[in-house]
Parts: sequence; C-alpha cells; structure tokens
Amino acid sequence: MSIQLTINKKKVSLDIDPNTPLLWTLRDHMSLKGTKYGCGIAQCGACTVWVNGEATRSCVLPLSAVANADITTIEGLSEKGDHPVQVAWDQLDVPQCGYCQAGQIMTAASLLKKKPKPSATEIVDGMSGNICRCGTYHRIQEAVKLASDLATKKKPSTTKKPA
Amino acid sequence: MKNTRRSFLQKTALATGAFCLGFDWFKAEGKAGAMVASAVEAGRFNAYLEISSLGKVILYSPNPEIGQGIKTAFPVVVAEELDVDWKDVEVRQANLDTQHFERQLTGGSGALKHSWDRLRKAGATARQMFIQAAAQTWKVDISTCKTAGGFVLGPAGQKASYGSLASLAATLTVPTEPTYKNRKDYKIIGKRTKGVDNANVVTGKPVFGLDIEKPGMVIAQIIRPPFGATLKSFDAADALKMPGIIDVLSFKNKVAIVGQSTWQVMQARAAVSCKYDGQNLESESTHKKWFDEGMAADKAQVQRKDGDFQMAMSKAAKVVEATYECPFISHSPMEPMNFFADVRADGSVLLAGPTQVPQSAQKAVATLLKVDEKKVEVELSKMGGGFGRRLNNDFALEAAELSSLIKKPVKVMWTREDDMMGGIYRPAVRYHFKAGLDASGNMIAFYLRGVGLNAGNATRQDNFPVGAIDNVLIESVNQVSSVTTGPWRAPITNFLGYAEQAFLDEVAEAGGKDPVQMRLDWLARAKNNPVGKITYEPDRFIEVIKQAAEKSQWKKKPGVSQGFSVYFSHLSYVAQVADAVMVNGKPKITHVTAVTDCGEVVNLSGAENQIKGAIIDGMGHAMFAKLRFNEGVAAPANFNSYRLIRGNEIPTIDAHFVDNGIAPTGLGEPALPPTGGSVANAIYAASKKRLYRQPFDI
Repeated sequence: MSIQLTINKKKVSLDIDPNTPLLWTLRDHMSLKGTKYGCGIAQCGACTVWVNGEATRSCVLPLSAVANADITTIEGLSEKGDHPVQVAWDQLDVPQCGYCQAGQIMTAASLLKKKPKPSATEIVDGMSGNICRCGTYHRIQEAVKLASDLATKKKPSTTKKPA
Repeated sequence: MKNTRRSFLQKTALATGAFCLGFDWFKAEGKAGAMVASAVEAGRFNAYLEISSLGKVILYSPNPEIGQGIKTAFPVVVAEELDVDWKDVEVRQANLDTQHFERQLTGGSGALKHSWDRLRKAGATARQMFIQAAAQTWKVDISTCKTAGGFVLGPAGQKASYGSLASLAATLTVPTEPTYKNRKDYKIIGKRTKGVDNANVVTGKPVFGLDIEKPGMVIAQIIRPPFGATLKSFDAADALKMPGIIDVLSFKNKVAIVGQSTWQVMQARAAVSCKYDGQNLESESTHKKWFDEGMAADKAQVQRKDGDFQMAMSKAAKVVEATYECPFISHSPMEPMNFFADVRADGSVLLAGPTQVPQSAQKAVATLLKVDEKKVEVELSKMGGGFGRRLNNDFALEAAELSSLIKKPVKVMWTREDDMMGGIYRPAVRYHFKAGLDASGNMIAFYLRGVGLNAGNATRQDNFPVGAIDNVLIESVNQVSSVTTGPWRAPITNFLGYAEQAFLDEVAEAGGKDPVQMRLDWLARAKNNPVGKITYEPDRFIEVIKQAAEKSQWKKKPGVSQGFSVYFSHLSYVAQVADAVMVNGKPKITHVTAVTDCGEVVNLSGAENQIKGAIIDGMGHAMFAKLRFNEGVAAPANFNSYRLIRGNEIPTIDAHFVDNGIAPTGLGEPALPPTGGSVANAIYAASKKRLYRQPFDI
C-alpha cells in the first residue's frame, strides 16, 4: 500500500517498505541527497528535516510515521538558496567540510521560526544537538544571530566579519 | 608535426577561443612553477587556468577537499598573481591525473607549502603574457603597461580585457621568469575569501561521496571481523530471502550484503550471522600489559642522545617524572567511509569517492585487480571530513574487490558503527618523561620513552625543547597489535604535544620558573648555542610565545587561571594560552588565545576556521574521546557513548597570525598538538589537579 506525503511542496506517493526511515526514503527513493546520514541513532543531527514545520531527526523516523505529513528538506528550504540562514551561512563562511551543515541549517531555521530573536544562550542551546566534527561552532552561532538580524530586517548587529 | 609548446598553445587558443595555459602545479621541484604545456597527445591538461573571451577565469584545483579549504586557497594564489577579480573566477575540482600531477593528495598540512611558488608562478606568468600581448597590439613598451582586475592598462589610457587578448597571448612564448606582485599590493591573499563550495553546501547539492549515484549501481555494506579474528562461517539464508537483496558473499574474512537500497541492505545485514575463529584477541588488559612491558623493556630504539643523561641525572638536585597515556581513538569524520567502484568486463575500472590519496587508491586497486594503472580512473568527490582516516584506502579496495566479484557497479557504505569499529585508529601511546633539575631549577637532563601500539616511532626526537638541553635521551618502543592504526590529525604529536607541554609545566613549577620565561630562556640557548641538530627556527618560536603572552594578558587576568603551551609541527608554530575558571567546583575552559606562525596567510577566513577547528578538535578529544577493546572489538560504537565536543562546550577563541610574509607552511594540523597542553595546564592552574590520561578525568 502506498504512502502519501508532501515533500518540498510536492505531493508524492511511495510504495516502499513503510519501515524505511525518512532519511533513506529521501536519499534513495527521492534522490534528495542534501539530508545526510551521520549516526543513524538521532545523536548527531546531520539528518535534520522539518516534519510539519518541526525540526526532526529523519534517520530514526519510519516512513509510516509521516504519512500525509508535510516534509521540508534543505533542498526545499528556499527556492533560490536565499533563506536568511543560508545567506548568513555563506556570508560568515561557516562550512569547513560542509557535511553536517544541511542539518545545522535546518535546525537553525526552525529555531528562528519559533524564536525570531533568540538570545545568545538560546542559540547555543538550540544548536547544541547538532555535531560538527570540524568544529565550526563559533561561526554557526554567529550565523544564527546574523540570520535573525537579516530576517527581522534590522541592520545586522554583528559585523560581516566572522570572529 | 612535433607538438612544440608554442604550437600547442596556438592550437588550444584556436580550438577553444580562449587563452588556455597549461601549467604544472607540482612538477619541477626546486624550480618552482616551471611552465609545462604538456599533454597535447592526451588531449587534456593536468590543471590549468582558462580565460574565455568573455573574461571568465576557470581555475582547476587538483587536491582533494576535506574541509581544510584548499579548493579555495589554491586558486586565491593564482588569481592574485594573475591580477583578476575574485568574482570573475570559477573553481573546478580536477580529477586524478597521475601523468601530470605530483602530490595530488591532502594530508600532512602540506598542500600550500608544496605549491605556493608554483601557484604564484602560474598566475604571474599568464599575467605577463597578457601584458606582452597588449603592448604588442598598442605598439608600446611592456614596462609602460599595468594590470588591474583582469585588464591590461596602457600608457595613453588604453584598456584591454584579458579575454580580448586571449588569442594573441596564446601565441606568445611562455616567459620563464615572470614578475611577481609585492605582497603589500595583495588584494586577495591575506583577505577573507569565502569557500568556493558554500553555495552547494548550504543548498544541499549532492557533492559528497555518499551522494554518488551511477547507472546500474547497487548498494553494499560489509561485516568486518573483530581485530585478529578470521571468519569461520556465515549464515545468510534468511537475509537472501529479504526484498531487494541481490547477494551475500564473503571475501577476505568479510561478509558483504549487496542490495538495491540502503535500508534493505541494513535490514538484511541484521539477519546475517557470522562465526569467527580467533585466539588471544586483544582487550584493554592486553594493551595495558604491552605498555607495561614496553616501559620495562631493556631494549628500546634510541631516537636521540645528547650529552650523558644518566650522569646528569645522578647530579640532579631535583627530579620530575610523569607518565601519560592515550587510547586508540576513531577519526569519526561526519561522513562515514564509503566508496564507489565499477570493475568492468573490458578491464577498465572507475573509482569514485572521498579519498585523501586518490593516486594510492588507483595504484592499490590496479595491483589488487592486476590491471594497468592507466585503466583505473578516479573521480574525486568532496569529503565530509577526513582527519587522516581517508589516507588509508581500505574502503576503496573493498569496493573494487566487491565490484569485481559481483560484476556490478557498487557503492560500499559504512555505517557509523562500522566506521568506529572498523579501524583505522590513532595509535594508543604511553609516554614516560623524566627531568633532572640543578639547584637553580634549570633542566639539565631530559628523558622520554614512548611506547606505542602500532605507532612506529612515537616520539619526535628533534623537536623543542631538545636543542636547548645538555643531556637528552629519547627512546621509542613499538608494540605490534592487530588493531589497525594510521595517521590521525597531527599524527603522534596530537598526543605527544599534550603530554610534553603538560610535563614541561610540571618542570617549570618544580624549578620555580614561569612557563613562558622558561621556554624563552631555552630558545635563547637553542638559538645561540644549540645542543645537537635542531629542526625548528628559534626566532619564530620566540615570536609566537611573546605574542601569545601579550595578547592573552598572561598571568595578568584577575580571577582567571591560565595554562601555557607552544608546539612546532608541520613547519608551523602555535603558542596557546587557555583560561580556566572554577564553576560549581569544576574547572571550565572559558577562552583560548592562539598565536600562529604559518607564514603567509592566504585566506584569513579559512585560516581562522582551521585554527579554531583544530583547537576545538584537540580539546574535545582530550576531554571526551574514549575507546577500548574487548576481544578484538572496539567500544563504544556510536555517538551516544563516544562523545564528541558540542557547541555548548567550547571556549571562545582568539586566533592571531604572525605577519611575516614567509612562504606558507602547514595550517590544518599545527594548532591541535598544543591544545591538550594549554587546556590541561589551565585546569591544573585552576584546580591543582594534574591530568595524565586522555580522556581527561575532571
């Protein structure tokens, strides 16, 4: 029996093992490779997507659990790659190897949706579920702040220069 | 017709309507950057810069990108000397081309060090040819022409774009001694250049090895035996009945599960049972015994001997002694190992995926399959980190062997558990240090024995403070283990740096010296009257130490305890001061000041990333990384119990660079070795607790 859901605003119908984690559904069956495998046990956050707008670890979430749900992946975060979080990530030159960054960005964008102007502590706490093995944490935290400033259309209070 | 350089360039210009200058990034060792317009026969270049008539500049970057920023830094150097606007540059990753590259690898913090002169020459030579082409067109002397942002400017206000000059420039003789920019005129080098892959990364483009899809490709996972064990039998009856499963087969003690999709393979894998033969498989107790034996052994490899250590110790007024130990640890890059291979019926092979050493992969696979290297093509993907793990091509060999057995293109994917339990590891090492001090607290004798498990020489015998101490004895013992090991970011020094810098802190304390001044005194000695040969430059050491003391307000910060360290590796110098405070009775590292001399900083943004990343890496692994073996099996197996440092556990970091204009040296690794030391010494300053083992017990 096929499962219907919406992925990046497109309705899709999938006829695969309903136990398939959403992560592998996206990567193997939808050719959406932006969502990453890091640990498979919801510890690192590389696989973070939005399920009905909530940042969720897709590696432990079976397809059956997201029937009729609305999924947003990094590929669907913005049409032109210009979501304020994406802009901030580029502007502050956050990525080193880049592998974890899709998950970081999806987590950050979700955080800002709930709290458009998070405090420094809220940023640190909100982002600490995602591991970056390269150690780009400082710039991640600065970029969330910059994205918040960009999105709330005020003049960025952080300088463009990454610290 | 013989393909002369001139005819080649002409041909290329005619064929493409572009100025297409072949140059070799790596050949002509010693004669940096000799222009080699080669490979006409092959019809392609190793690496080149290409300028279209529209003025677009394409630079090919040959080295694999693991996150160290080389794909951005290399072209920055070429673009600077070429004198073009960075916004007009497009960077592309070159694939493996052994005919025209040397050192097309990423490791040892050596990429820029090896290529700096050649990159500059490549850019400067092309720039000069554009000037020549313009001068010829305008009938003016070349000395009256300048360049700016991809244009040649003439004495009477003439202006011609490189693009418009491309076809004429291509007919000119390649100059052998171009003029270089003065570094004060640099517009790109030393500034902040954003990563050329940022746009792909932030939009989730499929750029990594695990993202590779090829026609007809199947997926495989491999069950590997415990270290030291052999596969006796396996039962795949249930697995073979599962949907999407194509085959389950064994080779070289391993069992491969091959199927249509990742999830199907994972499910089937769980249904495969394996039986192993193995005696005396290694456990933590085995490793402890080997350390003890290595420390007690009469015979050790003497790595360095200055003066008479025993004699000096017998005269010492005070003796300081300490032992340090670290476990095997996993590299754990965020992208687990994976590789694609297609071994075809016609004997040709396509390899694709993340490796720091593509040429080794090509050679090893050619040897394994008994085919000509020329028939093995290697496509490079971006790598989700490496930290040394992808210097070993075990994953590429597995993929190639499996493809040859199943006669299909296959992507072998390691799970996180495979990655953490399947080797290669940072070798486990134990160090014993001894110091003899005279009545004034000066170190007159220095001893180190390093016992490593598959570590080779676990010492770096010629490094500071050797050269400043009269009586030195440095020995190593290597114990053979079945646990596979290899380079881990800053091999050996990633732990040796910590152990030594922590020990020297004890030496300073015992001698009643300030840790900074003690090192400055030693360096003055090493500079004026070194003991034996030294591999470091004392002046560069002195500079980073002085700047770090000043910028960190060494011992002048009220309410803050500080720890100092300094280390020389990969030809770069990094001094660090870590700040600690007590929070709820526990020491907390709040800030790290780092001063780095890595010569010319090519990309300030990338350089800061490397320094901060290496410090966070060094601190995280020193504090948390714990891996043990039981009967040949590593534990833990995943991030729930193998703890990596997170964003709420990092100190603030100030990264400073010495501005000296020396040709660039290593940057990806050198900030890591001193980190454990500065952190441990700050923790001691705050809590009076010395730390002798990693992970730290605090």
